[in-house]
Amino acid sequence: LEHSDKQVRMLDRFSNKSTSGTLHLTATHLIFVESNAAVTTILHHHIASVEKLSLTTNGCPLVIQCRNFRVVHFVVQKERDCHDIYSSLLRLLRPVSYEELYAFSYNPKQNDQQREEGWQLIDLGAEFERMGVPCDQWQLTDVNRDYKICDTYPRDLYVPITASKPIIVGSSKFRSKGRFPVLTYFYQEKKAAVCRCSQPLSGFSARCLEDESMLQAISKANHNSRFVYVMDTRPKLNAMANRAAGKGYENEDNYSNIRFQFVGIENIHVMRSSLQKLLEVVGSRSLSASDYLLGLESSGWLRHVKAVVDAAICLTKAVTVEGASVLVHCSDGWDRTAQVCSLGALLMDPYYRTIKGFMVLIEKDWISFGHKFADRCDQLDGDPKEVSPVFTQFLDCVWQLTEQFPQAFEFSEWLLLQIHEHVHSCQYGNLLANNQRQREELKDRTHSLWAFLLSEQQNYVNPAYCPGHAETHPVLEPSTLPCHFKFWRNMYLQFDRSMHPRQSILKNVLTLKENNRQLEDTVKELEAVSNLSCLPVCLLVCLSLHSRSLFHSLILAMSLSVCLLVLILSHYLTLLFSFWVSWSLSHGLCLNVSASCSVSLSLSVSVQKFFNLKALFAREICLITCQNQNSQKYKI
Amino acid sequence: MEFSEHIKTANVEDVVLRRPFYQPTKGTLCVTGHHLIFSNRGGDSARPFLLLLRNIDAIEKSVENLPSVSSGTITLKCKDLCVLQLDIPGMEECLNIASSIESLSSLETVSEMYPFFYRPPFLSLQDQWGLSSTEQHYAQMKEIHDGWRVSQVNRDYSVSPSYPPAVIVPHSIDDETLVKAARFRQGGRFPVLCYYHRETGTVIMRSSQPLSGANRKRCREDELLLQAVIDGSELGYIIDTRSSQQAQQARMTGGGFESKSCYRGWKRLHRQLEKGKVLQESLIKLVEACGDQSHSVDRWLSKLENSKWLSHVQTALSTAGLVAECVERDGHSVLVHGSEGTDTSLLVSSLAQLILDPDSRTLAGFLGLLEREWVQAGHPFQQRCAHSAYSHVRLRHEAPVFVLLLDCVWQLARQFPLAMGFSEPLLLRLAKEVYASDYGTFLCNSDQERCVTGVKERTHCLFQSLLRANERQHYSNPLYERTELAIWPSIQPPSLQWTCAFSPIQWPFDMC
Repeated sequence: LEHSDKQVRMLDRFSNKSTSGTLHLTATHLIFVESNAAVTTILHHHIASVEKLSLTTNGCPLVIQCRNFRVVHFVVQKERDCHDIYSSLLRLLRPVSYEELYAFSYNPKQNDQQREEGWQLIDLGAEFERMGVPCDQWQLTDVNRDYKICDTYPRDLYVPITASKPIIVGSSKFRSKGRFPVLTYFYQEKKAAVCRCSQPLSGFSARCLEDESMLQAISKANHNSRFVYVMDTRPKLNAMANRAAGKGYENEDNYSNIRFQFVGIENIHVMRSSLQKLLEVVGSRSLSASDYLLGLESSGWLRHVKAVVDAAICLTKAVTVEGASVLVHCSDGWDRTAQVCSLGALLMDPYYRTIKGFMVLIEKDWISFGHKFADRCDQLDGDPKEVSPVFTQFLDCVWQLTEQFPQAFEFSEWLLLQIHEHVHSCQYGNLLANNQRQREELKDRTHSLWAFLLSEQQNYVNPAYCPGHAETHPVLEPSTLPCHFKFWRNMYLQFDRSMHPRQSILKNVLTLKENNRQLEDTVKELEAVSNLSCLPVCLLVCLSLHSRSLFHSLILAMSLSVCLLVLILSHYLTLLFSFWVSWSLSHGLCLNVSASCSVSLSLSVSVQKFFNLKALFAREICLITCQNQNSQKYKI
Repeated sequence: MEFSEHIKTANVEDVVLRRPFYQPTKGTLCVTGHHLIFSNRGGDSARPFLLLLRNIDAIEKSVENLPSVSSGTITLKCKDLCVLQLDIPGMEECLNIASSIESLSSLETVSEMYPFFYRPPFLSLQDQWGLSSTEQHYAQMKEIHDGWRVSQVNRDYSVSPSYPPAVIVPHSIDDETLVKAARFRQGGRFPVLCYYHRETGTVIMRSSQPLSGANRKRCREDELLLQAVIDGSELGYIIDTRSSQQAQQARMTGGGFESKSCYRGWKRLHRQLEKGKVLQESLIKLVEACGDQSHSVDRWLSKLENSKWLSHVQTALSTAGLVAECVERDGHSVLVHGSEGTDTSLLVSSLAQLILDPDSRTLAGFLGLLEREWVQAGHPFQQRCAHSAYSHVRLRHEAPVFVLLLDCVWQLARQFPLAMGFSEPLLLRLAKEVYASDYGTFLCNSDQERCVTGVKERTHCLFQSLLRANERQHYSNPLYERTELAIWPSIQPPSLQWTCAFSPIQWPFDMC
């Protein structure tokens, strides 16, 4: 299988530039080493398709499309080599069992205990406790301990205290795939709950008393509101069509205490083709501004992204403003429901806007509640109709929010991109398989993504993050003006460097911040020193100015040595400076004096400069946030 | 003062002012010769709200006259795209105020405009007006002193009414030749130097179209002038900012282009940049799209596309990139012109300089560039910026070429966030000042007019004011790191961004 080919050129898809180098094929990666030693590494799992184009005079072109939106265009000089690579890749492309995935061969040099600890970093039981559950109205149920009621749900589920086992069992039988209403987020301030489930098997007229009591129980658990909102995230037409297949939606007449409403997010097939169209548009060469905008519009991607954000805003308003509980569902309750519930929680709870919190959120709403990562992300050779960029779309929605609230999120877009990368890389066990039950078997032999990301979390820090923002704005109210929804270039054109800003602020700001922190520390130390050492330093300086004789110098040397001892103990830089000044003064070394003065002067100037920078930067950020808040105010 | 005859009602009490980002407030409205003054009686905000009447682009009024209530509402749509609303008790007062605003905001006499009355304590009329003159600019560029000279041929504005008194031209060309060459160019705008590229020793020049006309007239002196520019090197590029079709058509009306046979060594390239009415309509559509309240992404995108604004940005940047490429990569001199040479030529030449020249990317350098390439070079600000996107007045000469420049600069700054010494608030401030200002910088259409009306003696200069210490701090880019390299922008549409700055509710942020 090991294969390398020396005479390969890689073409840039937007310009006529190309680089030549060597192409290596290993068991897990395709590696292209340019002549200037730059390396492009492509994991086999990332490859969505390989295409061999017809032979040209330069060689045999090979186009590789990746799931992380990388498109590489190789030209291999000899056709036979090209064919070899092509057929090897084809064989590698379609793993049929989990054991073939990279996660099982990936070894980050950890022992079993470290691996085990990595898995324990995120604990959903603790997360529900943080929300204030179990409480007097909500309890942990063990009905699904053995995945008997619903095999796509996690073992631990939280239900209203009044929902007895028969009610749960009855309700689950009336819901598609047994996914009955359970708690996913608890808004402690108003005791309002966000619950999720799948569509009811109502058909045209069927009803289920247990399911009705289940909703009754959810309603009763919240004293703030007399009714529960039921958000069907599908377009009405789709929901009605489902009735013919014995599924459908809740009839308001049968459920005495609900307010039913459709939100209109399209299904996985629409999303798949929408993103496909988007990629075609932005991937075309010599694109005009008009074609770009028309393409963006006709792909509908931004419209879909906005629909999801709109639904999350609607959910957030119901919970935080009205204090009502909301039940969210779509068809099976693992795609649109996951999107809306998690995005809503992100808007409601500042904890989810931290790095760890965001991982918890994904663990809870996506991983544990059974978003079908394996099917949606095409991890194993399966039905192409099951593939859909639902999770990518969720990350896109989160990115839109980070753009609107630059201070509110602890993480930068690189965390989102990294997570996206690993949804497809199959390198870690978290995002493999379709549900918790399948995953449990895989956990023993794979590593946790969260442990890896947390270990290098300084790479994902958003420099503009302001922890105080959470206190002033616990609930985010994003603008829904369409001009605030943008094309996420860093995601969909991530690997096309010619498209990106030629300079990055991020690195610069991070360095500045670090410098700033160090300088602040120095300033604090200096202040502490100046308070302590003012008197002795003054004395010493006076003394040394008047002492020119040998005798005095001796005394001075003695006192100096005493003070140096103090210095070594306390590491005070300025003290050294002052001593140096006094010493050189006493020996009439004017040169040294001026040198030390200029050093300390330049130090103070640089301190000043960094403070100015900091103030300026803070103002910029302030402007951005203020912009967002204000546009919100005005709209209301 | 004659303003008083326009003011029928000077003061109205209990007026409610509604503006974006603020709670509606009740207070006293006062109309003066140049301002609307709104002061809050509560006294909690010490500063009254001041609006330059010149800033008002369109005014809409509606009155209600019932026995019980008699009141009116005036909606003021400003040139800086801000929209304000005044609820005025009393129908008559409302109508009076509205008519005062209407007549006062459309006064066209330059010497009666506010900059002639504005006397801030921190500036003195004795200060130099403007940052630098052509002579000073020339003196700074030591390396061009051999090949180029300052010509005072236009000292009395007789050769070209829209040029400044002094221009930089090749050493070997005497004033007499310049006068003759000027007769062959529209508006007398003969080719002059605007940028010298040290590394390659090549230049960017600009001019207006040659008046070759239908029977392909020639002008020896004009040809000599251009020949002198590429003396020694074999090739120069003429970037015509019209399509070749438009250039052909221009011959019918006496204009034209440099034919290959007459101008040896010059290669002509055409890049069509829109201007005038098309550009103004584009801005109007863009602002309308930004103000769309339907909250539909599809509608927004199709309206944005329909406005063609991003296309104009893309073309402007790519043409400027082409000029910069000719100069830096190929090492050939470039002459840029369109028809009049006062709009798109300036846009392209100043963007190309930003791409190439690190000095023009500092705060002072950028303002200097604007002064040289726009104010002194005779961009007709008064005509181009008479009205903005809301006005119902029939278009004559309006065109937001300068606003387009600012957008292009913003795109550059977005792609090179560390390379620019100035920040976004400066661009927003300039976009506001160009339409209505306390300063005289953007008054009039040319240097000549500015001299005649006494702008330079009796008003203050905006650029001077922006370079004062505390303003400078506000408009500097805190992340600025000078780079000596050219900054090549990506002009792929996904690299361009739309700004919400054109949206009426985003705009007033520069006021913070």
